Order: sequence, then C-alpha cells, then structure tokens
Amino acid sequence: MIPEGLQYTKDHEWVRVDGAELVVGITHHAQEALGDLTFVDLPKVGKTVKAHDSLSVVESHKAASDVYAPVAGTVAAANSALATEPERINRDPYGEGWICRLKDWDRNGLKTLLTPAQYTQFLAST
Amino acid sequence: MPTMIQYTPLHGRHQALEARLIEFGGWMMPVQYEGIQAEHVATRKAVTVFDTCHMGRFRFEGSGAIESLSHLLSQDLRTLRDGVCRYGFLLNDDGGVLDDTIVYRFDAEHWMLVVNAGTRAKDRAWITARLAGSVTFEDASDRLGKVDVQGPRSLEVVSTVLGRDLTMLPYFRFVEFTRGKDRLLVSRTGYTGEKGVEIYATADRIGPLWDDLLAAGVKPAGLGARDTLRLEAGLPLYGHELGEDVTPVEAGMERYAAKSEPFVGREAVLRRLAAGPAKRLCGFKTTGRQAARAGHRVLVAGQEAGVVTSGSFSPTLQCAIGFAYVATPHAPLGTRVTIDTGRAALDAELVQMPLYSAVK
Repeated sequence: MIPEGLQYTKDHEWVRVDGAELVVGITHHAQEALGDLTFVDLPKVGKTVKAHDSLSVVESHKAASDVYAPVAGTVAAANSALATEPERINRDPYGEGWICRLKDWDRNGLKTLLTPAQYTQFLAST
Repeated sequence: MPTMIQYTPLHGRHQALEARLIEFGGWMMPVQYEGIQAEHVATRKAVTVFDTCHMGRFRFEGSGAIESLSHLLSQDLRTLRDGVCRYGFLLNDDGGVLDDTIVYRFDAEHWMLVVNAGTRAKDRAWITARLAGSVTFEDASDRLGKVDVQGPRSLEVVSTVLGRDLTMLPYFRFVEFTRGKDRLLVSRTGYTGEKGVEIYATADRIGPLWDDLLAAGVKPAGLGARDTLRLEAGLPLYGHELGEDVTPVEAGMERYAAKSEPFVGREAVLRRLAAGPAKRLCGFKTTGRQAARAGHRVLVAGQEAGVVTSGSFSPTLQCAIGFAYVATPHAPLGTRVTIDTGRAALDAELVQMPLYSAVK
C-alpha cells in the first residue's frame, strides 16, 4: 500500500523526485481518512513556500484540511484536472491525483522526510 | 446529566460493514459505509437504507390526548385523519423552536410523536410537565427502532421485502400491519427529497429487517449522505437552521404553525409575523465547488448581513449549497452575497429551496 521510491511526511503528504522537480501529493491513508474529496484549492504557479507552509487545501463533504509543503520550494505546476475532478485523489493518490510540482526545492529538506518503511511504521503506531 | 454514548440496535451491523462511526446527538452513528458520494447517488438513483433508531419516539394514549397534544404542538390535529402524519413544531412560550416533529394519528386517543435524538430528553420533560392527567405518555424510543428506506426504487423494494403492496401509499400516510413475528408501521416520509418510507419495528426486530433489506439489494447509507441529501431537498436540521433562538417565522416555516386554535407559542408567532422578522432563512448556491460551512459570515456589498447555518458540496448540482440566516433587507431571492470562509471569499446567490425534490 505504501509505494517504494517516494518519501513521506507525518502529515501524510508524499513526494517523488522527477528530474529537477519534486512532485507532491497526499497519501492513500490521507484520502481514505478524508473521504470523497469535493474541492482542491490548487496552489498558484510561482508561489514560493517554506517547509510546513500551507500549499493547498483539500475539502471533503465533511471537512477542509491543509496540505503542507513537505520541503521549501516554488510551485512549478499544479494538477489542474483536480479543479473539476478532485476524486482523482481518491482514485489514484500516487498517480493522477498528484497535487503540484515544486522547482528550486530544498534538497536538504528531503533528509527530514520518512522512507516508505518509516512511514509504514508511523502509520502502524498511530 | 451524565453524557453516555448510546448505541442503536444496528451498531454491530455497522461495525461488521466497517462503517465510519461518529457521535451524533449522544449516539454512535454511521457517517458513511462505502462513501458519501456513492451513498448520495445511490439514494437519488436507486434505494438506500438509513439507521434512524437514534430519533425519539413518544406514544400518547387517552381520552384527552387530542386536546393535550393540540395545546403543545403547532400541527392542526383536528383536520388530521386517522393514518395520516404531519410535520410541525414544539414551541416554547416565546415561539422559539424546541424541536421539529412529525405527529402520527392512529385515532383521536392514540398518537405518536417523532422527535430529534439530541432533543429527546428536553422534549420529554417539556411535554410530560404539560400533559393532562387523562393522557398516558410512553417514551417508546428504546422499545421501537426505525430505518428509513429512500430512493426511486424504495416503494417497490420495500413492498417486495415486506410482502405487502405499499407502492400506492400516499405521501405522509402510514399503515400498520403484521409481518411474521413483526408488528410494523410504515410511513411515506423521509429526509432526503426522494420517494421513500420510514419503517418502525420493535428494537429486537430492526436487525433482521435491516438484513432483509440489504439482501434485497438496498445499500446502507450514513449520516454524511443524509446531510447532503436533506440540504439539496431544502430540509432544516434542528440545531442548525432551527433552535430556541428562532421562531418558525424567521425560518420561513410559519405555514407549519398557522392553525387558528390556541397552542403554546402561537401568540409569539403572531406577534413576530405582524412585526416582520429581522432575519430570514435563505438557501444559497455558490459558483464553485468550495464549501461554505456553519458559522461562516455572509456579506452583502462588503457589509455583514448574516451567517451560514449548514453547507456542503452538492453531488447533484456539482456546486456548494447551504442555508444561511440573512438580515431581512438583504434576503430577497437572487441577492448576490459573498461568504467569508476565513480563508476564501465565495460568490453565492440566494436561491429558492428546495434545489431538488422528487418526493411526490
């Protein structure tokens, strides 16, 4: 359930290094806990964030939740398909449900994130 | 009063179905099984069943029952025939809404009142302190259970499962009959804006009834879908759109408190009608998918004009909808408002409720 090749946060975001950019999304666990997503407030391209800044807000029928920046960086692209189909996150959180891509991101920040094994262990402990 | 979580007779079944459970009105209730979206759509397109055992059920019996209840309820009981139920309010002396209710008339001496879960104890105290001595009161909430079966296929499926043709049962009528070991009451009522029924049985028989419905292909639905469905149907939720701080006049529901004979709260309602309410309950629809929630401020031309009482994304309309109390000068239908969510300003329009209805 926890894909290899990605890194994770305790707030249930995932990141994947793709060339010079970093792809960001929320985990299967996060989408399951939130339930059917109804709205995604996509970050604006060019927005610069520090680690733990609010990057996006995702809403379900019941609640709104922040998506935090796993590391510092600048938004290079946002997944505009989510504007009309937020359910893509429920369907495929690690694939077509990606939220945004960061450029000029903090490579040192990557060291603070969880490995798949650590995230699996973290989920088991909560 | 100690707060102790209560469980319905269907709790074990909800756990077996791996429902997500939350506390609601003092009860542990399923908020969703498969998912709110799927359960909402299943109700609009097919048929679903809701556990509504948490709601309160009071029985009244005696020669003075009709007079005593007429004094306490806003419903006109004298024009109600046997086998018919009617929506209305339990009001306090100031016209404030103690609860919204449905009263069932078996005959002039036998009645049932269905109330909300969170208000059951308050209602019971209010009512029993004011009943005539000739009336026997029973809080039958624990003895009886209830499930709501809702959706375009509901009447057909319920008729098959119960072995009795209920497809011609008119809206807000009910029947009582025996099915095997079960004494059942079925009313053509609900809280979704769809065709449907509410089925009452003794608490120990609700589980087998639930199993029979699921075996017939009825999908279980939780409080999450119940909320999005009732919002589309323009139905108020006690504690959100209704409370002791408003009268039926602010809620735009004075037609449910319009009988000519005296009842508790009537004078206050008439005074409020004559003076005109300072605020009105309005439906709204936004231009996007982002939801407005209870407590968010409503602005008109930058000025504070009201507050949201309920809001959610509407699966049918594919935009956010809800209810808000808006100052009367700003409350006409079609008024453009802004809803301040605290982090975003949503464009919305005041619209006529319901936004969806297929009940009749």
